[in-house]
Amino acid sequence: MARRGAPPEVNAGSMADIAFLLLIFFLVTTTIETDAGLDRKLPPIEPPENPPIIKQKNIFTVVVNKNNQLLVEDEVMELKNLREAAKEFLDNGAGTGEKGEPCDYCQGSKNPESSDHPNKAIISLQNDRLTEYGTYIAVQNELVAAYNELRNREAQRLFNRDFTEMNNTYLDPKTPDNVKDDLKPKIERIQEMYPQKLSEAEPKNN
Amino acid sequence: MAKFTKKKKGDLPAVSTASLPDIVFMLLFFFMTVTTMKDSSLMIKNELPYADQVQKLDKKDRVIYIYAGKPSPRYQDKYGTAAKIQLNDKFADVSEVANYVLAERASKREELQNVLTTALKVDNETNMGLVSDIKQELRKVNALKINYTTRNGNAFQNLK
Repeated sequence: MARRGAPPEVNAGSMADIAFLLLIFFLVTTTIETDAGLDRKLPPIEPPENPPIIKQKNIFTVVVNKNNQLLVEDEVMELKNLREAAKEFLDNGAGTGEKGEPCDYCQGSKNPESSDHPNKAIISLQNDRLTEYGTYIAVQNELVAAYNELRNREAQRLFNRDFTEMNNTYLDPKTPDNVKDDLKPKIERIQEMYPQKLSEAEPKNN
Repeated sequence: MAKFTKKKKGDLPAVSTASLPDIVFMLLFFFMTVTTMKDSSLMIKNELPYADQVQKLDKKDRVIYIYAGKPSPRYQDKYGTAAKIQLNDKFADVSEVANYVLAERASKREELQNVLTTALKVDNETNMGLVSDIKQELRKVNALKINYTTRNGNAFQNLK
């Protein structure tokens, strides 16, 4: 007599093949995204009505030529020295700020030939049309690093935390709102101390 | 003489493959969660430069992507080797960037239209002239928030 008690088992041998097919489909059609980068803000196209007069000593000029060489404040410089030079310029604090206040947190050399106050100091980055994009990004990266290092120093002193870490937490969409509300004034305070004034001029035509 | 009788069950027992589907499904779910769908296939060489002061990009629905770089080898006989811009699935001229950004902006939800970021995915070896042209176009349509998408790494690797 044939067994009739248990139902026949379904053959699951091909399940692995089906799963492999799906796996290969997803491997082919998807990518692991690289979604991080340097955030920048472009200047609006219409110039401001009353452009403020900026003293030459408050501008830190960085020029990248078509051979990817750096000219910083009219002197040739290696990329590896740029970060220190930018920090020294931003942190100089020889004079008074926009509201006439002295920079009491600057640790620079207070050289009267260099910038007055971090909130007056402007870094101007010029490039040639033939500059390589990779070099340009490297220069941008060093300049942003100079700002970040100074901001981290002040954030460590005031809040015992890194500014970059606070900012990343703030920008993370998973962070709960009460943490964000707590971080926002701290981040704004640090940003006020060292505002990122990095101007990207239009390239010289030649 | 002793006779070596071959045992009937002397063969190696078959390895059980019953758990293979589970393993494959595990891999499948891993890839489904960590990857995202490709929305445009790249027709250009797109080796992004390195940087280490990076900030994470916003959620994907708030980003407009613009690619630029040299056409990849199979398109080179048709389009040449000069760096080009790619928007969605086709090559575009600099003058088309503004319209593309406006169209993309219009297609997003209204509350997102003010917080959009334009991600520039530009190849390492591109000249800045092209990038500056794109930036000028973006300024014209008031898309001022940009992000130079980079790979995470030491920036000195860009200078070879």
